[in-house]
Amino acid sequence: MNKYVERLYNGIWKENPIFVQMLGLCPTLAVTTSAINGVGMGLSSTAVLVCANLLISALRHLIPDRVRLPGEIVVVASLVTIVDMLMEGFLPSLYSALGIYIPLIVVNCIILGRAESFAMKNTPILSAFDGLGMGLGFTIALGLIGACREVLGAGTVFGIQVTPSSFQPISIFILAPGAFFVLSMLTALQNKLKAPCATNGSADKEEKENFGCTGNCMTCAEHKTEGEGK
Amino acid sequence: MKELLVIAISSALVSNVVLSQFLGICSFVGVSRKVETAAGMGGAVIFVITIASIVASLIYNYILSPLGLDYMKTIVFILVIAALVQIVEMFLHKCMESLYNALGVFLPLITTNCAVLGVALTNVQNGYGFVQSVVNGVATAIGYTIAIVLLAGIRERIEGNDIPYSFQGSPIVLVTAGLMAIAFFGFSGLL
Repeated sequence: MNKYVERLYNGIWKENPIFVQMLGLCPTLAVTTSAINGVGMGLSSTAVLVCANLLISALRHLIPDRVRLPGEIVVVASLVTIVDMLMEGFLPSLYSALGIYIPLIVVNCIILGRAESFAMKNTPILSAFDGLGMGLGFTIALGLIGACREVLGAGTVFGIQVTPSSFQPISIFILAPGAFFVLSMLTALQNKLKAPCATNGSADKEEKENFGCTGNCMTCAEHKTEGEGK
Repeated sequence: MKELLVIAISSALVSNVVLSQFLGICSFVGVSRKVETAAGMGGAVIFVITIASIVASLIYNYILSPLGLDYMKTIVFILVIAALVQIVEMFLHKCMESLYNALGVFLPLITTNCAVLGVALTNVQNGYGFVQSVVNGVATAIGYTIAIVLLAGIRERIEGNDIPYSFQGSPIVLVTAGLMAIAFFGFSGLL
């Protein structure tokens, strides 16, 4: 397979950032009150991911190793500020729906994780494709979770009524607890089907318990490179 | 005074930072396996958020805002937080050995904790002054600590139970967190 296509497949399916790696849980739970919000958040993160991977990969020989993390953070934060301003100007309704979660893309572990584990070791174009794949995987997962919550909580998908009028929407699903329940059902389903996931039966006990971000990007990067068999 | 009390209760309990705003979820599920580690993380978060909201509020109100550099806030805040965590770690290591032993391992984890940046940005968004920002910061951090310690307590109990195969690992923790979020809804009657 062409290595560029392979990066896309890897991000969207094989190492899907949400369903397989369980990264970036904050935006996953917070903005998926409707499918459109989820997709909007996913696409803005994708834009940041592609540009960040491209820039960091291009600068990888210039950034001294000791200030690697601060350097990466500055690049990502500048890109997020640009996205933030563009959205405020051109998509004001989505901007107000996503609110504080747009500037918080800076601390999304997926972005720093990819910069650290992929962009620092590969050529700019390949890194950009890696970012695109991861971003699309993130967008699809957010859209799916958003759609599930919207159907259950409001009876609509992308704002279009899909359930018969006799269906009484369960409004808790668009409130905070619903986010936890939908995500837990989806991961339980993955366990049931034995789909590959950072947290199910295929992983050992220790790994199962340690999901989510323990905050250390270095361990994350090491873990992932091992997974890639490099 | 009454206004400050309202800010404190609403950010610690009613709109809890983890359970209703979803900030810091990663560390909430990542380091909540044991009560002691959860309490340590909570202590470190209280420490860092308090200092970060003081510094961020001063920088925003006296440097960024007068110079019309509002749009730089994300970049400035994340760098200030990262630097601050480093300085706090070094300071504790040199001067307060016992506190360092208790909180030290958690400090590096906090740079990427979105709750810290989230509090700084919320303060700016709500137009809080210096005192209000600090109160909001401390209350948010206390809310985080309450939530993570409670979850760790429940997880310790769950460990010995017979959980169905599909729900082992992350799903049961997420269900627990969801039930806690429902319980925290009860606090909305407080205000």
